Amino acid sequence: MNLLANLINGLSLGAVYAIIALGYTMVYGIAKMLNFAHGDVIMVGGYVCFCTMSYLHMPAPAGVLFAVIVCTVLGIVIEKLAYKPLRQATSLAVLITAIGVSYFLQNAALLIWKSDPKVFTSVVNIPAIRLFDGQLVISGVTVATIASSVIIMIALTIFTGKTKVGKAMRAVSEDKGAAQLMGINVNSTISVTFAIGSGLAAIAGVLLCSAYPTLMPTTGSMPGIKAFTAAVFGGIGSIPGAMLGGLLLGVIEIFAKAYISTQLSDAIVFAVLIIVLLIKPTGLLGKAIHEKV
Amino acid sequence: MKKTIRKILGGKAMTYAMVIIVFVIMEALLHGGMISSSLAGQLVPICAYICMAIALNLTVGILGELSLGHAGFMSVGAFTGVVVVIALQGAVPSGIVRFILAIIIGGIMAALTGVLVGIPVLRLQGDYLAIVTLAFGEIIKNILNNIYLGVDGSGLHFSMKDTASLGMQGGTVIINGPMGAVGIPKLSTFVAGFILILIVLTVTLNLIQSRTGRAVMAIRDNRIAAESTGIDITRYKLTAFVISAALAGMAGALYALNYSTIVPKKFDFNTSILILVFVVLGGIGNIRGGIIAAAVLTILPELLRSMNDYRMLIYAIVLILVMLGTNNPQLRRILGSIFGRKHAEPVEGGKSNE
Repeated sequence: MNLLANLINGLSLGAVYAIIALGYTMVYGIAKMLNFAHGDVIMVGGYVCFCTMSYLHMPAPAGVLFAVIVCTVLGIVIEKLAYKPLRQATSLAVLITAIGVSYFLQNAALLIWKSDPKVFTSVVNIPAIRLFDGQLVISGVTVATIASSVIIMIALTIFTGKTKVGKAMRAVSEDKGAAQLMGINVNSTISVTFAIGSGLAAIAGVLLCSAYPTLMPTTGSMPGIKAFTAAVFGGIGSIPGAMLGGLLLGVIEIFAKAYISTQLSDAIVFAVLIIVLLIKPTGLLGKAIHEKV
Repeated sequence: MKKTIRKILGGKAMTYAMVIIVFVIMEALLHGGMISSSLAGQLVPICAYICMAIALNLTVGILGELSLGHAGFMSVGAFTGVVVVIALQGAVPSGIVRFILAIIIGGIMAALTGVLVGIPVLRLQGDYLAIVTLAFGEIIKNILNNIYLGVDGSGLHFSMKDTASLGMQGGTVIINGPMGAVGIPKLSTFVAGFILILIVLTVTLNLIQSRTGRAVMAIRDNRIAAESTGIDITRYKLTAFVISAALAGMAGALYALNYSTIVPKKFDFNTSILILVFVVLGGIGNIRGGIIAAAVLTILPELLRSMNDYRMLIYAIVLILVMLGTNNPQLRRILGSIFGRKHAEPVEGGKSNE
C-alpha cells in the first residue's frame, strides 16, 4: 500500500514536471534554445493566481484563467523583446539572454511581492478519493494534476498533428528556411509557441503551488531545472517524451526520497538522467541525429 | 601566418601586462587606503572568479563544449582546500605552506573529479553534454551537502550521516553537511590571488599554443575532420576538460580560504551560470575579455549598492542589453556608426558553440 501511495505521489509530482517540460520541449523544438526563464514564468503564474484569489477575492477558476493570460502575454513579450533580436546569434548568446530574463523576472518578483513566502490556497476543490477502506488517500490536487497533464499532452499532440498552426510549428522546427519558402510566417509561429509554452507554465505554476503551497520568487528555479532535465530525459523536442520524462522523473524522485535517502534524492535523479543519456544519447524518445561530413 | 602568430603573442603580452598593471594600481590604492572596505573585501573573490573565467573559457571557448556545472569543480577544490588547511594545522605551522598545499591538493582533487565527470560527459554532444554537466554540478553539490568530516588525534573521520556518527574524541568538525565548513583560517590574500591568476593564465595561454591546444581547437572547429587527420578526440577533449577542472579547483580553494565559513550551496547552478556569463560577455574563447568581464561584473553589483533593491534588477537589464547590443546585427550596426568601425566588428575570437 505504501508503494502504491508513493507511486501516486510520484506521478503527481511527475505530472507537474511533465507540464513544465512540455513547454520547454516545444520552445526548444522550434527555437532550438534552452529557455532558462521558463521556470520563472511558472513562479509568475503562481503569484498572479495568488493575487487574484487573495487580494481581489475572485474564485479559483478566475485566478487560473488570469494567470494563464498574464503568462501568455509575458511569454510573447519576452520573446519579442529579448529573443527575437537574437534569431541569428549563437546559441550561447541566446542562453545568456535567457538567464538575464530569468534574473530579471526573479528580481522583479522580489520587488513586487517581497521575499517572504506566501501561503498559497489550493485552487482544486475536488474531494480526496479514499480507496481500500481509507488506507490509500489520493488528494484532489493529485487527481487534478495528473488529469490535466494527460489532457494537455493529448491536446498538444492533436494540435501539432492536425491543425494548420501546429503543422506550421513542426515545419519551422524541421527547417526554418524551407518553412519560410512555403509561405509560413516563421516569426508568428515562434510567438505562438512561446505563448503556448508560457500558458502551460502558468498552469504548472498553479498546480505546483496547490500541491506545495509556499510561494517565493525562487519557487520556479528548481522545478524549472528538473523539468528541463525531464525534457532531456524523454528526448528534447518530443511531446510524448516530455510527458514520459516528467512522470518518470517524479516517480524516481519520490521513490529515492522514500526508500534510499531524502538528502541524496536530487543526486539520484540526476544520476539516473546521466545513465539514461549514456545509454540513449538523445533521450528515451528522442530522434537520433545523423551527422554528415 | 606570421602576422597571426605576432597577433597572438602581442595579445598574450597584453593580457599579462593588463593583469600586472591593474594589480599594481589596486595594490597602490589599497596601501593608500583609497579603496572602500566593501571593495577591498571583494578583491580575493574577484581573483577567484577571474581564475574561474579563464578555466571555463578553456572548456567553452577552446574545447567548444558548454559546461553548466563548473561550480562543482570549484566546490571540490574549495572543500578539499579547507580540509587540507585545517587538518594540517598541527603538522605544518606555516600558513603560506599550508595555503600552497591547499591550492595544489584542491586542484588535484578537482582534476580527479574532472576525469570522473569527463569520461561519461565528453561522449555526448551539444545541449545533451550541457545538461549532463549541469547534472554533475548538482550531484557534487548534493553529495557535499551530506559529507561530514572531522579531524582529531587519530586522524580524519568521515561520515555521510551526521556529526555524531563520526565517532570523534574531541577534535574539530571540518565539514558539517549542509552547514558547510566552519572556522576556516583566512589565508587567501590579494597577492596570492594575483599570483594564482598569473599561474592559471600561463597554463592556459601556453596550452592553447601548444600541440595539444591546436589539436583541441581542431576538434572544436570540426570534429570529424580532426578525427580523420588522426587526432585522438577523446584524449585531447579529456585533457582540456581535466585541466579546466583542475584550474577551477584551485580557484575554489582560493575562494574558500577567504571566508571563515563556506557552504556547499554557494557553488550551485547559479554560480556556474555566473561564470558562464563572464565567459560569454568577455567573448567566447577570448581569455582577456573573460578576465575583464569577471572583474567588472563582480564589482558592478557593489557599485550599484546605493540602488538597494533595484541593483539585481539593473544587473539583469544590463546583462540582457549587453547581449542584445553585441549580438544583434541591426543594433551593432547602429552602435558601429556611432562609435566608429571597431564596435561593428564581431567580438574578437567569438566562436559559437555549434
